[in-house]
Amino acid sequence: MTESYIARNLRAVRGRAYPRLIGSTREPSWFIFDVILPLFTIAGYAYVYKFMDARAELVGYVVLGGAMTAFWLNILWSMASQLYWEKEIGNLPLYLMAPISRMSILAGMAVGGLFETTIQAAITLAIGAIAFNVVFSLASPLLLIVVFVVTMIALYGMGMMFASLYLLLGREAYHLSALMMEPVYFASGFYFPVKHLGFWAAAGASVIPITLGLDALRQMIFPGAIEDAFLSLNTEIALLCGLCVIFIVLSRYALRYMENLGKKTGRLTLRWQ
Amino acid sequence: MAVINDLKVFKDSAWLGWQMEANWTDPFLFMTYSMVKPIAGTLILVLMYIVVTGGETANAYFSYMYVGNAMYMFVAEVLFGVTWVIHDDREHYMTLKQVYIAPMNFYVYILGRSAIKIAITSFGVFITLVFGVMALGVGINLAEVDWLLFSASLIVGLISICILGLALGGISFLTAKHSIGINEGLAGVFYVLSGVVFPITILPTWAQSISRVLPVTYWMEAMRRGLEPAAMRELTSTAGFDVTGMSGVSDMTMMVYLLASVLVFFILSIGVFRFTDYIARKKGKVDWTTAY
Repeated sequence: MTESYIARNLRAVRGRAYPRLIGSTREPSWFIFDVILPLFTIAGYAYVYKFMDARAELVGYVVLGGAMTAFWLNILWSMASQLYWEKEIGNLPLYLMAPISRMSILAGMAVGGLFETTIQAAITLAIGAIAFNVVFSLASPLLLIVVFVVTMIALYGMGMMFASLYLLLGREAYHLSALMMEPVYFASGFYFPVKHLGFWAAAGASVIPITLGLDALRQMIFPGAIEDAFLSLNTEIALLCGLCVIFIVLSRYALRYMENLGKKTGRLTLRWQ
Repeated sequence: MAVINDLKVFKDSAWLGWQMEANWTDPFLFMTYSMVKPIAGTLILVLMYIVVTGGETANAYFSYMYVGNAMYMFVAEVLFGVTWVIHDDREHYMTLKQVYIAPMNFYVYILGRSAIKIAITSFGVFITLVFGVMALGVGINLAEVDWLLFSASLIVGLISICILGLALGGISFLTAKHSIGINEGLAGVFYVLSGVVFPITILPTWAQSISRVLPVTYWMEAMRRGLEPAAMRELTSTAGFDVTGMSGVSDMTMMVYLLASVLVFFILSIGVFRFTDYIARKKGKVDWTTAY
């Protein structure tokens, strides 16, 4: 009996997500390295604000921003770089030969990565909030979930698109990911309100979904954050919805284009360039 | 003979490190890449400062924070560089086992590979400091710099961090690809507890006790005293008390402490590296890949 195309792709999603989910339980050291130790960097930024006797919200922004860095790092190192990495270790040809949509592989990576990273970010947020007495004011939990989900879909859509673009890169892939760490932390306002960059710079940075997502989340959970907001909450949600569609569509086209280009140039199985 | 062989290994592994770091692109793009990352990292702090103060950067605390952050790049990048060697060779190029069984000193190989990271980081630190002085009024006056204190503390501190990195490199043998987090995490510990961007006196008393043991605290203080003596004096006089918590420690005491830390870290890192190396071989992790 042949299974339907949809069922086969859902199995592919599950199959690709599985190693990420099970990997974290088999290798629990990630909890120390990815959850506990990064708290120190967050604490560093929080103490800078404390030393300058800054408003309490700013310390809260640091804790939230620090928790959200987990998602950006996951996008860079476990989504964008992943197809390149699969090529390097020899899995990519197997994916391409399998009778499934390539998007299922990317979706599986996203689901597995998102699960692990959400736990990581939640623990970071909780410990950071306790350590620095951050007060959250949650008026609309449902809307908060909506904003978070929309941000994640847009963000992981961007990661899927990057994965396709990275496919043809050699060692540049690693350097590109490394280059998109601190500059994005800066441009997206992970540790300060992004509106202080100025309107046009903040608008440019809004192409990265986490910029608007962070700003929207701050508006919803910190009482004084409205004055720090870049755009209104509704505008940011609408823009994030738009980014979701754009990145998912673009990732599909980019994947197809890069795969064809890779086949023509013979680079899909080329390793250690 | 062994020394000559080690020097050759060091030179060749440094050359290999340079090729791996830089030959993926043209020199101009590589130089841009080497500048953008550190400057962006620094601008995060600059913006945080501006959000709170409204933009007045020509003061002692800003210089303290800026110089500390620039110098901290050495800690972060050197620790990263050393542990990355294990990860990159083992999981990416899958050459660690060949390197491992080659007739050479493995420590020297790692140090050679890391040396190039120090050179690239030095360039980033230099650019960041120049940017700070030219664009933001950071208080470094070349005529006032205590070059002896600055250069001596820089060299001793770098050796100390490299040796610590060796221990982390050993731990990387046993961890999955999360090992990238080890160096960043440990660097984060130093970032908070060593008075990199804020004086340690803001920390709780128990944390200050730890700060006073960490060599990076003395390293940062010594480099600041060497590079920006006027700003350090102004910081204390403006606050009206020992705001850095280090005023009572003389330059000589700091240097002795740093030298002692090199010795302690050396013994510690050799022990950790040998132990983790033994466990890695026992568990078959020398050629392990964890690319899930």
